[in-house]
Formats: sequence, C-alpha cells, structure tokens
Amino acid sequence: MDWHNYEEIAAMVLFGIGFALLVLDRNLIKKNIAFAMTDSGMYLYLAAKGYISGRAAPIITDGVTEAERYINPVPAGLVLTGIVVSVASSAVMLAITVRLYRKYHTLNLDEITRLARGEE
Amino acid sequence: MEVFHLILLIFILACAVCVALTKNLVVAAVVFMGQSLALSVIWILLQSPDLAITEAAVGAGVDSLLLFAALKRVRAIDREAAGKRGEADAPNGEE
Amino acid sequence: MRRTERNERFHRWLSEGDTRLDTMLAEEYDDLTTLKHVYESDAAAAEETSRAEAEEKAREAASAPLYTAAQAHAEYDVPQRSRALYLLTALLLCAGMIAVLVFISSQLPSFGKSENPANNEVVERYVEKGMEETGPVNIVAGMILDYRAFDTLGESNVLFTAVCAVLLLLKLASSGNAPRPAAAPAETEEDLILQRITRALLPFILIFGCYVILNGHLSPGGGFSGGAVMGAGLILYYNAFGAAAAERFFTIRTFRVVSVSALSFYAVSKAYSFFTGANHLPSFITAGVPGRIFSAGLIPYLNIAVGLVVMCTMYGLFTLFRKGDI
Repeated sequence: MDWHNYEEIAAMVLFGIGFALLVLDRNLIKKNIAFAMTDSGMYLYLAAKGYISGRAAPIITDGVTEAERYINPVPAGLVLTGIVVSVASSAVMLAITVRLYRKYHTLNLDEITRLARGEE
Repeated sequence: MEVFHLILLIFILACAVCVALTKNLVVAAVVFMGQSLALSVIWILLQSPDLAITEAAVGAGVDSLLLFAALKRVRAIDREAAGKRGEADAPNGEE
Repeated sequence: MRRTERNERFHRWLSEGDTRLDTMLAEEYDDLTTLKHVYESDAAAAEETSRAEAEEKAREAASAPLYTAAQAHAEYDVPQRSRALYLLTALLLCAGMIAVLVFISSQLPSFGKSENPANNEVVERYVEKGMEETGPVNIVAGMILDYRAFDTLGESNVLFTAVCAVLLLLKLASSGNAPRPAAAPAETEEDLILQRITRALLPFILIFGCYVILNGHLSPGGGFSGGAVMGAGLILYYNAFGAAAAERFFTIRTFRVVSVSALSFYAVSKAYSFFTGANHLPSFITAGVPGRIFSAGLIPYLNIAVGLVVMCTMYGLFTLFRKGDI
C-alpha cells in the first residue's frame, strides 16, 4: 500500500468535505458553494488520471506525433466540458435560492420546510 | 516543483475547510474564488493549459460573480421588503 | 393569527395530556349550544338554534384540519435530540466515506506512471492520428470537436437550457412587482476608477477572448475558454457602466439570435451522423496544413459557435441575476 497518490487523496478529501458541507449545513448559499466544491474535487481526480510524469501538454510541437511524448488528453476533454456545466447547474440552483428567498425571506432550509408545511 | 504542488494542494484543502467553518456568506464566496484560482494553477502543473484558462475564467470569474450577484439580490429583496414594511404596518408575507 | 392560536393549543395539548383538548372542545360545544338569553318568540329562538347549529358545524368542519395540521407539525417539529442524532450520523457517514475513499487511493495505480490502464490504445490513436485525420495542432480541441463532438453539442445544449431555466425562474419574479423596485437600489453606482480602468482594459479583454477562440486549434484555449473570457469582459462592462449602456448593444434579441443560430449551426453540422453512421460524411472542408488558422476542417467554425454560446450564456446569467432581464 503506498500513499503517494497525493493528487487523488486531495481530490477525495475535497469531495468529502464538499459532500459533508452539502449535507450538514442549513444555509442554502453554503449548500450551493459546497456543490461546486464537490464538482471541483471530481474534476481534480479525473484530470489527475490523465497526467503522466515527464511528458508535455497535448499540443503538437515540431511535428512530433508519437504518443509517448504527450500526456493523456482524454480526461482533459471530459473535465473541460464538466467545468462549464458546473457553472450552469450552479446558476440554476442560485436562481431557485433567490426565488425561495423572495417567498419565505429566509435562507435556512429548516425554516423554509417548516413554513412550507405550515402553509399546507 | 513537488513541494509547490503539495503546498497548493494543502492550500485548496485549507480553503475548503475555511468555507465550511465560516458563517459569513461573503467570506465563503471570496474564499471559494481563491480556491478556484489555486485550482487553476494546479491544472497548469498537471500539464493541461486548456483547463487552466477555462478554470481561471469560469471558476474564479463567472461562478464567483454569480454568487455575489445572488447575495446582492438577496439583500435587495431584504431592503425592498423592509421598505414596504416601513410604509405599511401589515407584515409582508410574500412578494 | 389563527396559526398562533392553533400552535398554542397544540403545545398545551402536548404538555398536559390528551384529555385537555377533548375538554376544550367539549367546552366550546357547550358554549355553542347553550342559549345565552331568552328570546321573544319561538321563531327567534328557532332561528338562533339553527344559526348556532350551523356555526357549530362550521367549527367542527374547521377543526378537523386541526388534527391533521397538528399531525404535520408533530411529524416535522424536530426536537433537539433528533437534530443532534442527524448531525452525528451524517458526520460519521461522511467521515467513513472519506476514510474508505482515502484507503482506496492506496490501492490505485500510481499517479503519473505511464503504464496506467487509463492510457490505452484509444489515446494512442487520438494522439498519433489526430493531426492527420482532424487537423488541429491542439489535440484536446480536435478530440472534443471532432472525435467526440456529441459531448460538446450536449454541453452547449445544457448551457442554453440553463439560461432558459434561469430566465423562467427570475424573469417571472420581477414582472409581478411594480416596475422593478428591486433593481433600482441594486443598480450600479457611478464609480470613476472602475469606468476609467474598464475603458482602458475592456478592448484588450475582448480581443484576447477572440484570440483564444480563434486560436483554439493551434494553441491552448478553444471555445469554452475564449467564450468565458469574453463573457467576463461583458460582465465588467455591465458592472462599470450600468444596465442602460449595456443594453445598447446586447439585448434579449441579440441573445436570442446569436445563441440560437450558433447552436443550430453546431447541431446541423454534426448531428446528421444519426443517419450516416458514426463516421461523418467526407467533408469538403479539408484538413489543410496544420498550423494555419484555416486548417482543421470545420473546427475553427465550431469553436466560434461554441464560444458565442458560452459568451451569451455567461453574460445572460449574470444580468438575469442583477436586473431580472437580459
């Protein structure tokens, strides 16, 4: 067992912290920040899978097209799409938060549930 | 370079813990922006310059700006409700 | 006001046992059905009795929800012990999950070694044949816009859908009020430093964004990065000069035209392969000489389309939050 995969460990701890914050905190805006943090952890893990030490970025220079000179470009493509989609989902969640605040005037999720049940 | 890499990873985790423990929402948004910036430097160390530019422009840019815009909207709703409550005495249930 | 009455009665019932509510209701029933004074005629007495009966029926019908509302409160009104239990369980579960994940990381293949199973023959094909089959010097751009163009199409659709969803949520909110009272205090103040610096910096930001988009297949960058940079530049302009100045060149109509045409162009140029199979038709736009701007077939144009969609999305999301309209 070797513990030298520092990138993966950091990515998993970041994911875990984001997930714990998402579950435990009651403030809606903190939940949004935690969701984006969870996404960042996942992207760090994915991109760390594509790194090969000693090789260069996947931009072909000087016409050298051997695969042993460049890192793995496939996870980088996945993460590139993912970063922008993370912004989009964060924006939709923030819009829902603003609407909820307009209706209930509180950002505390327990309060909102209580008020919503009370209205039924 | 390894040491720098490790320092950046520890910085990201410290930012995450700071976001978790603070109660002030503006502080959380700013620290999240700093975390995105450190993450952008890590992408360069992982030899992916595409991801670095995108993360710098999106994570430390638009994503954090959206958080600030949402906080500002929340304060504007507060001020509007307080203004209406100041004019009329009836409590304002919903907008 | 009715709600606090109900709450008080419920809490009294909860603390003093369940006979109390029954005696309360029984007392109310007695109050309703005893005639308080002697009437002059029988007709008046009969009328009073019928009115009392109707009132009592209404009150009984209205008190039936009292039990269900109390039930709902009892289900929801979480006492402190349960909240502490939830916190403890959640913390334990999250800590356990982190421990399992960190333990797994010790079993993973080493970070950065080239004999990872993730580096297989797909990667070799993409890197070695990437430049001659698709044309761009940037292998990642060639991969996401040619080998895996569906992913990028789906992602552009997700951005567009996100703006539509936020438009639904936030535009409806501000149209119900009097003409935008929430927008007036949230308008930008005239900040001289910000305006001067924006006037100096904004052309460079936009040119840099255009450069990153157009050079997406020759250097790091591409549609997403360049679009995000241009969107951030437009947001800077909005912040410095206010909504009125920004609406002079970017209205909802601009957004509609640019976004829909860019997305349609991308969809038309890549989605016909539903009918022709996984390899697209041999394109009449050849790969060209790698290293020139007009090489790489369709990829520069697709980069421009993606960049426009991303720029409109970022700017549109921000202005929807600031003033409730694009």
